[in-house]
Amino acid sequence: MSKPIVATASLAGCFGCHMSILDIDERILTLIDLVEFNKSPIDDIKTFSKTCDIGLIEGGCCNSENVENLRDFRKHCKILISVGECAIMGGLPALRNGIPVKDCFAEAYLNGPTVDPAGGIIPNDPELPIILDRVYPLHEIVKIDAFLPGCPPSAELIWKALTALIEGKPLELTYDLVKFD
Amino acid sequence: MSKIKFSVDGRECFGKPGQTILEAARDNGVYIPSLCRYEGLKPTGSCRICTVRVGGRYMAACTQPLSEGITVENTAPDLEDMRRAMIEMLFVGGNHMCPTCEKSGNCELQALAYRYQMLVPRFPYQFPLRTIDPTGPKLLVDHNRCIKCHRCVAMVKTKDGKSVFGPLYRSKRKKIGADLTLAAGLTDDQAKKAMDHCPVGAILKKEIGFAVPIGRRTYDKAPIGSDVETPRT
Repeated sequence: MSKPIVATASLAGCFGCHMSILDIDERILTLIDLVEFNKSPIDDIKTFSKTCDIGLIEGGCCNSENVENLRDFRKHCKILISVGECAIMGGLPALRNGIPVKDCFAEAYLNGPTVDPAGGIIPNDPELPIILDRVYPLHEIVKIDAFLPGCPPSAELIWKALTALIEGKPLELTYDLVKFD
Repeated sequence: MSKIKFSVDGRECFGKPGQTILEAARDNGVYIPSLCRYEGLKPTGSCRICTVRVGGRYMAACTQPLSEGITVENTAPDLEDMRRAMIEMLFVGGNHMCPTCEKSGNCELQALAYRYQMLVPRFPYQFPLRTIDPTGPKLLVDHNRCIKCHRCVAMVKTKDGKSVFGPLYRSKRKKIGADLTLAAGLTDDQAKKAMDHCPVGAILKKEIGFAVPIGRRTYDKAPIGSDVETPRT
């Protein structure tokens, strides 16, 4: 049997969850034996070249590019997993939820204390993705099959979830694994 | 003193007259989860996390007096799922961002979510627009995290018995307000107690935070209620 294929992405996240994946330490060598990585910042593959078995996504959706990326992952991954607080509920970026985007932009680019007193400009290059009205959890945009909470989820949780999936065994959630911080 | 005989999930228990179901169960090593209840305070039964089933009827174990021969259901799967749903509703109804909260690790709402292994709430997040009131000299009140349990209203009082906190408005608009003049008169010790009485991170004592490292906080190692529970014999 060929190795399961894994893809990962960071949307509106801080890459902390990817750091937590690397925190499995020397087990990463075992992981490389167990799975093949496709689109992921870990191997720097930018586009999907085949259908993947497992997709790990950190970060919520704050702009149109995030949504496009997420839909691409849903299309190419059999099992899609929300990794971390931001993917599950928006996390830190979601602190802006409830505040009109216009006010956020004005604070960041026009009125903020660090803005050039000569006057700022709200970025408007057509190349930039459109900012959404609020930050959305992943499962409000596409179907998500599993959730790994934490900020970041511990390396132990990520390792146990991945190995359970690969071996086709149920994931045993002990008390120390489910933490939100 | 006379004993009242009752059972919880088939386990034979004995309680004292005047006790509530929750108190009597606790004395018998059975944990019934609760959130708005605080030891030493008159229970209000407002959060309903402690809902149990007695003779097919649902009741709040923290307010219901014990009576002879009752059969209490506490861990039936449908009851546990209902409690989990209530915890999830509290999470989506406010802005509970655990990674940014000083109370994380010592928060009773979070501890209940850990106990019930909430991975994601089944309800959509509401992201209500709420404010933070940092104007008091000793305390910071973050309405994003308030679950309106009224514990602070009943417990945080000045020397002459005046409540520092009180409810404002009703229904969805309801919030807990603080009397700034009274809050300014609190001692450091009273401010610390106010923070400890809050089950979540809505009341924080200023100037000191994150004092206890991760791993040594109240609910880092053992689930909430594990101090009450004794294994079935």
